[in-house]
Amino acid sequence: MSARRLGWPLSALAAACVILVCARGAPAAEIPPGERRSGYEFMSRETRAMQDDDFANPGTLWVLDGEALWNRKDGAVQRACADCHGDARASMRGVAARHPAWDAAAGRPVNLEQRINACRTGRQQAAPLAYEGKDLLALTAYVARQSRGMAIAVAGDSRTRPFLDAGRETFTRRQGQLNLACTQCHDEQWGKKLAGTTIPQAHPTGYPIYRLEWQGLGSLQRRLRNCMIGMRAEPYAYGAPEFVDLELYLMWRARGMALETPAVRP
Amino acid sequence: MARAVVNVPGTVRRGEVFEIRTLVQHAMETGFRRTQLGEAIPRDIIRQFVCTYNGAEIFRAEFHPAISANPLLAFSTIATESGTIAFTWTGDRGFSLTESARITVV
Repeated sequence: MSARRLGWPLSALAAACVILVCARGAPAAEIPPGERRSGYEFMSRETRAMQDDDFANPGTLWVLDGEALWNRKDGAVQRACADCHGDARASMRGVAARHPAWDAAAGRPVNLEQRINACRTGRQQAAPLAYEGKDLLALTAYVARQSRGMAIAVAGDSRTRPFLDAGRETFTRRQGQLNLACTQCHDEQWGKKLAGTTIPQAHPTGYPIYRLEWQGLGSLQRRLRNCMIGMRAEPYAYGAPEFVDLELYLMWRARGMALETPAVRP
Repeated sequence: MARAVVNVPGTVRRGEVFEIRTLVQHAMETGFRRTQLGEAIPRDIIRQFVCTYNGAEIFRAEFHPAISANPLLAFSTIATESGTIAFTWTGDRGFSLTESARITVV
């Protein structure tokens, strides 16, 4: 069998693929508000029950740790979060729903973890907490818990718009050895199965989440790293501006949806 | 510092069966995993849980490596008298944690 005879069907197939891709036209539009679903709605009844009950939700353990950290004096000035912000249940209400938010000092949007660390280094004069470390997760979970049930409302104004667009660009750009874009699964194929699991719409409604697969609490960036490694792309470093832009876009994409922190996911 | 959350109803009628739930923070490292350099990660799990009701043992559980991190236990007992329900978790590397809850029987 000659190579040419093999080559013909292959190139024909490639041409057909090109036509198919062209025929699809522009990338899939954003999911309409009426069809948006939190990852919660794709979960089993048992996992939902686990999230709904504070005494069964392991995220509670981190929230309680975060409350202790909130009241602990720290840094060179021996000041606790509570010394400036008072009762988190009042002062931190809604804060997680509007992050990533514009930060004048940084000149760009920062996520909740970065905001907490900015407060630590600036106001408490303490060392920043390690990304994905137990303390930063606990404090973030405690702050975000105060916004549970509130609608996500990140700012999409003139200052944040360029960063939001950069995040959208990351979301729609094909990347990695599998040459996949986030949008191909999460905008176009949600609700279908990838191996045994249902593909969710990728709305970051409950971070930091307790993920059963992790057997622990983790941030949105940890989850994003999982997806990037899955499509064999090199993940950005924790706290990288590209990740924060993507977080901003995802939160903007989920605007109006209720926060569930600390959520449980399979 | 490990932490536990226990859920015991504050007030129960005498003779009623009620549920107790406990959630404890623990990594439950199985001892079967290895680091990226191939070194074995030693086992670090909770071995035993004991619950007492006014000093009398009402529930005991043995834990093994296949149990998830941050294990949740739910069990039930009969309300006999007001008093204290105490919980003790013990495990590898000298892990020990106690928690207690008050109960009023009417």
